[in-house]
Amino acid sequence: MNDIQKRRFLDQIMVMFGREPKKPTDISPKAQEIHFYKKGNKDFNAEKAHARAHAEPSHKWRNRRWITLILANLLFVVSFRFDVQILEGALTASRFIGFHLIDLNSALQVMLAHKHIIMNLLIGTGTVLVLWILFGGRTFCSWVCPYHLLAEWAEKLHLWLARKKLVTDQTIDRRLRSVFWLVFALLAFATGYTVYEAISPTGILSRALIYGPGLALLWVLALLVFEVFFSKRAWCRYACPIGLTYGVVGIVSPLRIKYRLQNCFHEGDCRKVCLVPHVLDTVIKGRAVDTEVPIGPDCTRCGLCVDACPTGSLAFDVKGLSKLL
Amino acid sequence: MSDEGKTSETPAAGKPPPPLSKERQQQARRRVLRTILLTGGVMGAALSGFLPLAYARKSRLRPPGALDEKDFLSSCIKCGQCVQVCPVQAIKLADLVDGFGVGVPYIDAREQACDFSCDAVQCILACPTGSLTYKKPDFLPVRDGARLAAAPILLAKEKDAEPTLNLQERIGVARLTRPESCLAIQGKGFKGQARGPQFDGELRYMSVDRWKPIKVADHPYDVSLCNLCVQACPIKNAISIETVFAPDGSQRKSPVVHEPCVGCGVCEMICPTEPASIEVIPGEGWRA
Ligand code: SF4
Ligand code: SF4
Ligand code: SF4
Ligand code: SF4
Repeated sequence: MNDIQKRRFLDQIMVMFGREPKKPTDISPKAQEIHFYKKGNKDFNAEKAHARAHAEPSHKWRNRRWITLILANLLFVVSFRFDVQILEGALTASRFIGFHLIDLNSALQVMLAHKHIIMNLLIGTGTVLVLWILFGGRTFCSWVCPYHLLAEWAEKLHLWLARKKLVTDQTIDRRLRSVFWLVFALLAFATGYTVYEAISPTGILSRALIYGPGLALLWVLALLVFEVFFSKRAWCRYACPIGLTYGVVGIVSPLRIKYRLQNCFHEGDCRKVCLVPHVLDTVIKGRAVDTEVPIGPDCTRCGLCVDACPTGSLAFDVKGLSKLL
Repeated sequence: MSDEGKTSETPAAGKPPPPLSKERQQQARRRVLRTILLTGGVMGAALSGFLPLAYARKSRLRPPGALDEKDFLSSCIKCGQCVQVCPVQAIKLADLVDGFGVGVPYIDAREQACDFSCDAVQCILACPTGSLTYKKPDFLPVRDGARLAAAPILLAKEKDAEPTLNLQERIGVARLTRPESCLAIQGKGFKGQARGPQFDGELRYMSVDRWKPIKVADHPYDVSLCNLCVQACPIKNAISIETVFAPDGSQRKSPVVHEPCVGCGVCEMICPTEPASIEVIPGEGWRA
């Protein structure tokens, strides 16, 4: 990593905690050259072909992701209902063919509230930590979390209503998520109750699927209504401490989305589909600090931008793997 | 989304930012209001978990090996692995009305008691956090009278090499809370299905199958003096029918609970009177 990349990396971490992305001051000479070339030349034929390509978006990664997410959650349900014992428990803590898996944020809440850690809890937390370091932190959000899928559908509804001019997206201060994270950690420590777990839509939905629905689903419904009519993806963007916890894990993850400046047309369709568009500020004209820029840790690796981009400027990438191959 | 692109377009470093337009200022103010609204909503929902605690609602019977209530609530990760292993499905997860107890396991003994059909207190084995535990860590307090004098002997395993249950503390104690309705005290017998034909609860009847619990409704009784609680109790010497004296001095037969009672609630489940004459008091300790 050169200095420019290093600074960019720190910036991306700050952006995850809620700072608004800034226009970069240092840009590598190579990237500057491309920026300059793009400013001067307009290739109208290419742009027309490009616009046409945008009209037929791909759903490859979205479909793969939906299938994975549904199967993962179904595996819990099937394991219990038909007693096949592959994946026992719920998303907060489970056992996969005997191996403990414990959600990092739930474990953290329990450790803070109870102030005592037993071996199994530690083992399960470690396994999950390694798993999500490998697969990229917030990959949990878009590939496993059941609330994510509902929120994705709620977003579609929101966008449809927005097109009819019935609702507008009301943005909220993104720093709120970091504040919530801290407040819930402090509450757990001070009160001795896992306060966050009582309202975690991820936990509530997971348990509802496996052990049957309950009144707690009303809270999830309230969140979805808020997102449809008021502020899209509000919970995941501005509140969920699980997302931030896994985001932090994702800082060191080798799996990420990588942006290649060369072929990008900067019309920003990727930013329209992204749950966390602040991570894609790099695609705005003149912002890329280098010819290739890895997307920051708050990215959920959902692949919607990869699907949306017809030029292949955004793609999944494993750090170091291209060197190995 | 397009306006988000605009708002993030901050001026280049060095130059002071231009003053915000009236419209921008208003937008910013509304955003602060919305931020406060979301904060209030989420915190309100989260802290409403305190309500049931403040109301001092009826306490829940927890699965065997559970830590004391406060520690149990703080340590349980709400995964339901204990629910999954229980062969009689005695364990359920609480809902929203339990506040911070939402998603935490409990047993409704009257509906389905823990009869130790699993032989080895499987729920404790399944728990990943130590909320259910064979042996409490030293720093946790032991409730008065919670410690069992000896490892309880499971009648179903009495002839095995290892007849005891690995359980050091009781989860409650059975009490004859309604002696006036108890059939034994009235000198009455009982004939038929203990809880009627509709009752779904299961119980391990050693005389039928040592391994598999069956429906209580499929096991009718016929006794000249009711002793169903004593017959059903899975723990050796936990309860017996004794001769007692009524206030008027007359002799009666009555179920009497003894020290080995672990508070599993089988007696409460089987009791044929409605409501049950004998009940388990959750979290209660033994008093001679
Ligand atoms: S931010 Fe939270 S609720 Fe949203 S997808 Fe991630 S874990 Fe699920
Ligand atoms: S000890 Fe009781 S509650 Fe626990 S698994 Fe066994 S039968 Fe079920
Ligand atoms: S297994 Fe343990 S942590 Fe999981 S729900 Fe049961 S008591 Fe709670
Ligand atoms: S007396 Fe009742 S609660 Fe006590 S061990 Fe026997 S059946 Fe269980």
